[in-house]
Amino acid sequence: MLQFWRECLAIADVELRKLVRDPTELVSRAIQPILWLVVFGQVLSHARGIDTGKVGYLAFMTPGILAQSVLFSAIFYGIAVIWERDLGIVHKLLVSPASRSSLIVGKALSADFRGLVQAAVIYVIAVALRVPIRFEPAAMAAMVLVVTLGAAVFATFSLIIACIVKTRERFMGVGQVLTMPLFFASNAIYPLQLMPAWLRSIATFNPLTYFVDALRGLMIQGGQSVYGIGWDCGVLSLVFLALLAIAARTYPHLVR
Amino acid sequence: MSQSEPAAAAAAATAEAAIAITGLTRSFGDLLAVDHIDCDVAYGEIFGLLGANGAGKSTTIKILTTLLPASAGTARVAGFDIRLASAAVRRRIGYVPQLLSADGALTGYENLLLSARLYAVAHAEQAARIADALQFMGLEQAARRLVKTYSGGMIRRLELAQAMLHRPKVLFLDEPTIGLDPLARHTVWERLAHLNRDYGMTILLTTHDMEEAEHLCGDIAILHAGRIAARGRPQALKSVVSPQATMDEVFAHFSSASDSGRWRDTADTRRVARRLG
Repeated sequence: MLQFWRECLAIADVELRKLVRDPTELVSRAIQPILWLVVFGQVLSHARGIDTGKVGYLAFMTPGILAQSVLFSAIFYGIAVIWERDLGIVHKLLVSPASRSSLIVGKALSADFRGLVQAAVIYVIAVALRVPIRFEPAAMAAMVLVVTLGAAVFATFSLIIACIVKTRERFMGVGQVLTMPLFFASNAIYPLQLMPAWLRSIATFNPLTYFVDALRGLMIQGGQSVYGIGWDCGVLSLVFLALLAIAARTYPHLVR
Repeated sequence: MSQSEPAAAAAAATAEAAIAITGLTRSFGDLLAVDHIDCDVAYGEIFGLLGANGAGKSTTIKILTTLLPASAGTARVAGFDIRLASAAVRRRIGYVPQLLSADGALTGYENLLLSARLYAVAHAEQAARIADALQFMGLEQAARRLVKTYSGGMIRRLELAQAMLHRPKVLFLDEPTIGLDPLARHTVWERLAHLNRDYGMTILLTTHDMEEAEHLCGDIAILHAGRIAARGRPQALKSVVSPQATMDEVFAHFSSASDSGRWRDTADTRRVARRLG
């Protein structure tokens, strides 16, 4: 077990060093949420077209945009894995005695780091836009946990897709096709009760919904979690474990 | 007693071979990439697996390093079955893939540190092992530089350094000098010979470079269409072909003999290449 975590941390450490050495990606990933919050959020909150209860629309969508930016950066994780396969790095990792799960958890941990950087960026934007943020230490700590779970879920999902499609070109196509439906069939930018019944039932099978739901309860003052944060974390944890089990089986197929 | 003695002898014989391949087969669809190979490699040997593109070299090395499951047959590497004890095999082997695969965005030292950690080199020993490997491969000066600034020869030496950290019993190299300039090629040969001699590593390498095979390998097998077409010491194989045969002639002799369909061979090669991506 100790060796398992050593392996995870070895992989995460390497990814972290690369990210710190070249933070271009972290900077460019910050632009999209700024657009969503500053442009889309501001306009729609003035229009008052979406009923979000006591919470203003901008505050309502802030957790959704955090979840979205974690999703968008994690979902392209598979590209990096395909790139590593083309370079022969995956071959070397798989010949090592490190457990397959630890190689995947290591990747998920580095996705977590990116996710937390995104969270920091969005908190700064939200404060600038006067969104009522919950700064209590307990809520912040729980938010960190939820972002960690969410980033791990979508990074691992992405890795499985990469193992199936195997080429960058196909992955780009599939990645686009998957992210938008995941985003729109969730409660990220509108509440579940405004959805038509068919969409709502799809949304209840979308892990992003639980991710957003937990964040909504933790990030903003007066924000309500529909399912309860414990339930949300439980769902995300189970989804992650299921995806990890699948990924540990499909990852070796990447080099066959 | 009379029954257990041959069994014990057989066990001793397998224990003596670094690699014992029995009936190893791998097919991709209707193409047999590796076709019932039997082959033993003794400990301490530098063994060359030769063959034209698509002959089955890379597939064989992928199976032996546990990257690819065999369709039939099996092999024991360093005393463990590749199917039944793949984790035990992985702990005892080193592997250098065909591509220059050290991570360019990391320094040489960081690449080595990652390998040491993944191979569970004891924490107290990591620094000493890394320093030793850097010195052995002549990379001390470059250790703190990003690998993307390295030459091809330096990257290959770094990969050898990575592969020796955990003192593997058997080292697998897939076309170790492909794409290197002659000087770098000779340095890699010289380092491999030293690894074999100083650290007692058994080495299996694939190549289609006959000079490499003759220079390095004490024992070779020539693969053709997934089968072993010839096996032996380079000198012995030469004398089979003709008294003054060169290794290139040996290769040509065993790689084209008794195969009528040259066109089909090329088509198969392309398919394998596409399949293996």
